[in-house]
Amino acid sequence: MNHNDATILPDTCPRLPHGVRLVQNEAHGWTLLGPERVFKADMIAVEIIKRCTGKATLAEIVDDLATTFSAPRDRILADVTAMLRGLADKRLLEL
Amino acid sequence: MTADIPAELPKPLGMLAELTHRCPLGCPYCSNPLALEGRDDELDAATWARVFKEAAVLGVMQLHLSGGEPGSRRDLVEITAAAHAAGLYTNLITSGVGVNAKRLGELMGAGLDHVQVSIQDSIATSADHIAGYDGAFSRKLALARDAVQMKLPLTVNAVVHRANIDRVADMVSLALELGAGRVEVAHVQYYGWALRNRSTLLPTRAQVDRALAEVNELRVRHHGRIVIDAVVPDYYARYPKPCVGGWGRRSLNVTPSGRVLPCHAAESIPGLEFWSVRDHPLGDIWERSPAFNAFRGTAWMKEPCATCARRDQDFGGCRCQAFALTGDATAADPVCHLSPHREQVTALAGIQEDAPYHYRRM
Repeated sequence: MNHNDATILPDTCPRLPHGVRLVQNEAHGWTLLGPERVFKADMIAVEIIKRCTGKATLAEIVDDLATTFSAPRDRILADVTAMLRGLADKRLLEL
Repeated sequence: MTADIPAELPKPLGMLAELTHRCPLGCPYCSNPLALEGRDDELDAATWARVFKEAAVLGVMQLHLSGGEPGSRRDLVEITAAAHAAGLYTNLITSGVGVNAKRLGELMGAGLDHVQVSIQDSIATSADHIAGYDGAFSRKLALARDAVQMKLPLTVNAVVHRANIDRVADMVSLALELGAGRVEVAHVQYYGWALRNRSTLLPTRAQVDRALAEVNELRVRHHGRIVIDAVVPDYYARYPKPCVGGWGRRSLNVTPSGRVLPCHAAESIPGLEFWSVRDHPLGDIWERSPAFNAFRGTAWMKEPCATCARRDQDFGGCRCQAFALTGDATAADPVCHLSPHREQVTALAGIQEDAPYHYRRM
């Protein structure tokens, strides 16, 4: 496996590993919690991370987001790939 | 319940629950206070459960179940389950001695999210000598492997000082080999037991510079495989660390007997009035207890902090260190190059002698 590969295969099913959770908290809003890590998640991040269930493929996630937000698929694919790669490099996502 | 908390009051993100001060190890840099609390004073599981609920309401998201060795508590599984039920992210901070595979499995079943195991060195004999406990090293490795096998995410906490600083890379390799997702290269901070052992523990400037460069290199080399966090040794720093992210701002600490502190060393500052969860709800303590309000915000600051451009960034540094080294808890953290006491820190850093450790003992 090449960890530095910037692309993600379309049939990859991204998922949050054990020890990483997306939670909504009254005081702090949507937050991604990991080992000694607390990331405030903006609405775009929340919509992406919510779909990382380990069941949906990257292609399906991107299709879904493009439809839901009526946005160009290429743009969504680039944004989602960059975000998921960043999370995976921090060990907050399994690809 | 949150309605009566003023909007400008910061909301904590993390809480350290020191479930016990009991620990089989004797690490000479233990973060517990010199005056350790005994078993008879420990909060029971029901009280912890109440405190966890109050913490969640207050905004706390991450809970660090620590000690001492939290495995010394027979009711650790029950306590962990209560934390999980309160909706908290639970992190077990263990020495690895006192929790076996069976109990780790039970903890995972109770909702444990993450485990952190400390190591004292990459060499067994040295590690056991530092811990003051024969056989500790092999038990730590065994527990770390058990965690990874159970797919419980693992952080290895490598505590760094003069006796092991030249093996930082070996300790990171060990963490990788164990399957840790994260390793903390934690240079000893000089409070309590570590302050007592300072001249024996403090590395040289050259050793620190080499270790920091090594960590940067390892981060690049292992990018995507393991997260490397470093707690830097501030005696050689130019600016102080933003201790606990600011006093009474992001985190709180509950001692085994229920006293609530802004940081684990806060009791070393004389004259502060700490409240206990036995007498007050946690939200009241966070908002109104004298200790939390003593250094909250910036109004307590003196020069050079009061008008410093970085005052909202590093919050004057560490109050405990200011008191320990200058005798004045409202002074600038003396590691800051702007502090009038900086020379003293530099002089202290120059005192290094290889004396036997004063081990942490009850």
